[in-house]
Amino acid sequence: MTANRSRSQTLVLVGHGMVGQRLLEALAERGALADIGNPGLPGWHVVVLAEEDRPAYDRVHLTTTFTGTPHDELTLADSDFFARHGIELALGDPATAIDTTARTVTSASGLTLSYDALVLATGSYPFVPPIEGADAPGCFTYRTLDDVDALTDYARHAATGVVVGGGLLGLEAAGALRTLGLTTHVVEFAPRLMPMQVDDGGSAALRTTIEAMGVAVHTGVGAHEVDVDADGMTRGLVLSDGTRISADLVVFSAGVRPRDKLARMSGLAVGDRGGVLVDEHCRTADPYVYAIGECAQTADGRVYGLVAPGYQMAEVVADRLAGEGRSVFTGADTSTKLKLLGADVASFGDPFAAEGKGGAVSVVFSDNRDGVYKKLLLGPEGQLLGGILVGDADAYGSLRPHAGADRPLPAPAEAFLLPADGAGALPGADTLPDDAVVCSCHNVTKGAVRAAVAEHGLTDLGGVKRCTKAGTGCGGCAGTLQHILDAELDALGVVKARGLCPHFDLTRAELYETVRTERIRSFTELLEKHGTGGAGCAVCKPVVGNVLGSLAPELGLSHILDGEQAALQDSNDLYLGNLQKDGTYSVVPRIPGGEISPEKLIVIGEIARDHGLYTKITGGQRIDLFGARKEQLPAIWRRLVDAGFESGHAYGKSLRTVKSCVGSKFCRFGQGDAVQLAIDLELRYRGLRAPHKFKGGVSGCLRECAEARGKDIGVIATANGWNLYVGGNGGTNPRHAELLAADLSAAELFRITDRYLMYYLRTGDRLERTSAWLERLEGGIERLREIVVEDALGICAELEEQMERHIAAYRDEWAAVLDDPEKLRRFAEFVNEPAHAG
Amino acid sequence: MDATAPVQLKTDTGEWITICAYGDLEPARGVAAKLPDGSQAALFRDRDGAVYAVGNLDPFSRAQVIANGITGSVDGAPTVASPMYKHLFDLRTGRCLDEPDNPERALPVHAVRVSPVAAVS
Ligand code: SRM
Ligand SMILES: Cc1cc2nc3c(=O)[nH]c(=O)nc-3n(C[C@H](O)[C@H](O)[C@H](O)COP(=O)(O)OP(=O)(O)OC[C@H]3O[C@@H](n4cnc5c(N)ncnc54)[C@H](O)[C@@H]3O)c2cc1C
Ligand code: SF4
Ligand code: FES
Repeated sequence: MTANRSRSQTLVLVGHGMVGQRLLEALAERGALADIGNPGLPGWHVVVLAEEDRPAYDRVHLTTTFTGTPHDELTLADSDFFARHGIELALGDPATAIDTTARTVTSASGLTLSYDALVLATGSYPFVPPIEGADAPGCFTYRTLDDVDALTDYARHAATGVVVGGGLLGLEAAGALRTLGLTTHVVEFAPRLMPMQVDDGGSAALRTTIEAMGVAVHTGVGAHEVDVDADGMTRGLVLSDGTRISADLVVFSAGVRPRDKLARMSGLAVGDRGGVLVDEHCRTADPYVYAIGECAQTADGRVYGLVAPGYQMAEVVADRLAGEGRSVFTGADTSTKLKLLGADVASFGDPFAAEGKGGAVSVVFSDNRDGVYKKLLLGPEGQLLGGILVGDADAYGSLRPHAGADRPLPAPAEAFLLPADGAGALPGADTLPDDAVVCSCHNVTKGAVRAAVAEHGLTDLGGVKRCTKAGTGCGGCAGTLQHILDAELDALGVVKARGLCPHFDLTRAELYETVRTERIRSFTELLEKHGTGGAGCAVCKPVVGNVLGSLAPELGLSHILDGEQAALQDSNDLYLGNLQKDGTYSVVPRIPGGEISPEKLIVIGEIARDHGLYTKITGGQRIDLFGARKEQLPAIWRRLVDAGFESGHAYGKSLRTVKSCVGSKFCRFGQGDAVQLAIDLELRYRGLRAPHKFKGGVSGCLRECAEARGKDIGVIATANGWNLYVGGNGGTNPRHAELLAADLSAAELFRITDRYLMYYLRTGDRLERTSAWLERLEGGIERLREIVVEDALGICAELEEQMERHIAAYRDEWAAVLDDPEKLRRFAEFVNEPAHAG
Repeated sequence: MDATAPVQLKTDTGEWITICAYGDLEPARGVAAKLPDGSQAALFRDRDGAVYAVGNLDPFSRAQVIANGITGSVDGAPTVASPMYKHLFDLRTGRCLDEPDNPERALPVHAVRVSPVAAVS
């Protein structure tokens, strides 16, 4: 690695965290990086010294790794970002000294780099109180992915954990311990939780919710000493009042301190309480050195511990390095929204604006039954000074852009505070002016979102995120963005082509509701009542066939190929097998959970041999028999049925397989009988027609050998039962399933899965896997949880009954064809010749 | 229409041959038939009772599968979608609606009639 290029200048970035990476992106966006094709042109050649041995990742979402988000999903830059921009990234090689006179930086591995500009983005370190035993094995901090790994590893052999610190990060850490299945305590020195963000009332509501989650809360006491056993291992925590909590591990989350040591050692000024001192341009006293993010004390005398202000600092420095340099950082919004498992907390503006003085008044809504507390502080003109939301933070997106603005709130405060009695009751984004910042993470205004929608012809939230970056930080603004998008599309007169095809103006979900509520029993009837003319097509017919299949038990229909229904089916469904490229079919016998006896294996082998079929083990724990002509299919099924098999769905918008690992049957780590549960799930949901195919997986422990989180229904055994994950997908756009409910008994798991699937059947679009459906669902997994776990819409009983009827009505579809000469007739190869003998 | 009425197809040699009874054709679905020259035809009966016959060979995948396609209509024209890659064909002309100007992708069309004489061979 060499510095001193001919024309380009060298920028050394120390620290590759969230803010450092933002700086690199901001420089790239401004075209300020050296052109690798033309090294002679001016532009910054960047060398990054990074202490961690992986590129920058999304620290804000660190906690999601405990619910299974893989580490690399948090990565911030795409893999060729650095190569594309000629950025040299030295991972695992921290800077150890700066010589501001010679303008060089030295690294731990011994590199000496000359710089034309130096940016410090070293972040913070977790503060560990200087108490006895704090360095014992079993004591952790919580800031990096390495911390996560160490904690997860240790927690495998732990039952109880204590978190020291009841602030934002402490509660995140407590949530993480809960997810790891530990009995969890939180110790907070202040008299209340989240003392920096929330007032007494809010804190009490928060405590109710957190205690209800099974976390023990101790406030008004400090950590006095870590209690260690004879081997020096952590075995508890002694509190300042003398109480002892016995625990296998301790996580220190008692605040962070800016990492300013490097700057201090090289003679740069730091603030009294830490933080490299910088001016409005984020420049230190040395004109060649900048500091941004959590390591800086900014011109307003503060050290910001949030990512959004850091991003703004990165933009300011990028402006400066790109030449213009007129933007300044004078202070930032410290609104936060915390998504702790089960507890929503948000604060915005100045939540502690003194009441009485200056005419500030507060409006409070509090409901101790549900742990809900909401408070708004209004100025004399009715303008919003700040506020706190605990337990129900839905109004955050609508309120935050108004906080600190000079105008009065556009609607009475109570309209924002009282529980919404249905969708859209909150005063929406239409009340916001164009200059209101709607995404605080990326500092995007409502006007910018509207402009992007109009300019780039955006029609969905994904497009808004790609074009403006809004919504890609904490995600708290997604609802607001959706409202702006919808309103803008309406205003532009964009009519979303929503119907299924030229024959129906209805979406799949609307067709489903229509068929269900009007009890329509055939395609002809539906076409007559709701069609737009014509005979239908290869788009609407299979959808209607599928919907009639889903609702067959409700409508009193029997086989999927009865009467007119046969004419609606794709050839796969018509011949109950998968069409292959040469016109033959495949047969995939159902092997629930992948469990199979030697006898059955032999039968499959014999069938394949006798019919000359190609055999292959599939990716779904089954055996596929390929190359069967349609006239051979009945004979093959007959032999399968006689041997106790049924053929299976590798076709149809229906359940495929529920993949399993061997689980506690044999595996030494198995926490649950994954095979049996997979069998139960497969037999429960087989034959169910859905908007798209769906799959399941069951793993016996968090090693996840069944790859359950890549499935629509993913189940992982825990010490206390089963965790249910939903909306996973392998295939084209892989997506990990999200945790819907934890520690369930098998019966509870079936109940919630019944509801989830039936709700998907009701509201899914044509060919929409659960993953895309969940992405589209406003409010995402939290909303889904409200609907199918907490029964917010009051439909759960109905959904369960519907599933019960499906299960009761299920029959072997293939055997039913064998019993019906009318249906068998279709399998003749030619209508004008007697069928071949298979 | 009488379910026993014979459905007849005109071969390339100009001869009418009986394929099946009208009742063998399901509304809105097709069947495959073997012709004397060894080629295959796909016969369809639409929702209104009209009968069409085209070649059974899908010109894209070269598999004999057209008879298994889903029928429908596009702007009033009766169609079948090949089950393989869902190309659409006009049942009256055999033209592929996805490549209307490419004769290579068209299906051959056969004249068909439902004979009033109930004389199934
Ligand atoms: C046979 C098999 C490949 C193999 O030899 O292993 C297979 C074969 C087909 N897959 Fe698959 N998939 C097979 C496992 C998978 C898996 C792995 C899994 O299930 O664990 C995946 C990724 C997981 C997932 O679905 O999320 C997979 C993702 C797909 C996709 C992409 C779906 C998506 O949402 O992105 C398609 C296309 C589609 O469904 O629209 C597809 C479609 C197909 C079709 C149906 C394509 C077609 O229309 O002909 C193939 C026909 C199967 C046949 O004729 O029997 N196959 N396919 C596997 C059958 C497993 C089974 O026993 O049922
Ligand atoms: C669990 C958790 C939850 C959070 N939740 C939120 C939230 O909801 N909202 C929010 O706004 N913020 C949240 N934060 C804070 C947020 O992550 C930080 O504000 C943000 O990461 C700051 O970015 P940074 O680049 O300044 O520091 P960092 O992301 O910490 O990056 C600094 C990097 O510099 C490296 N480094 C340090 N010294 C050197 C050296 N000498 N040489 C080379 N490299 C060095 C460090 O190893 C680190 O990789 C959370 C933080 C945590 C830990
Ligand atoms: S990946 Fe799946 S769909 Fe593609 S060729 Fe293989 S089996 Fe067929
Ligand atoms: S406010 Fe955080 S992503 Fe928009």
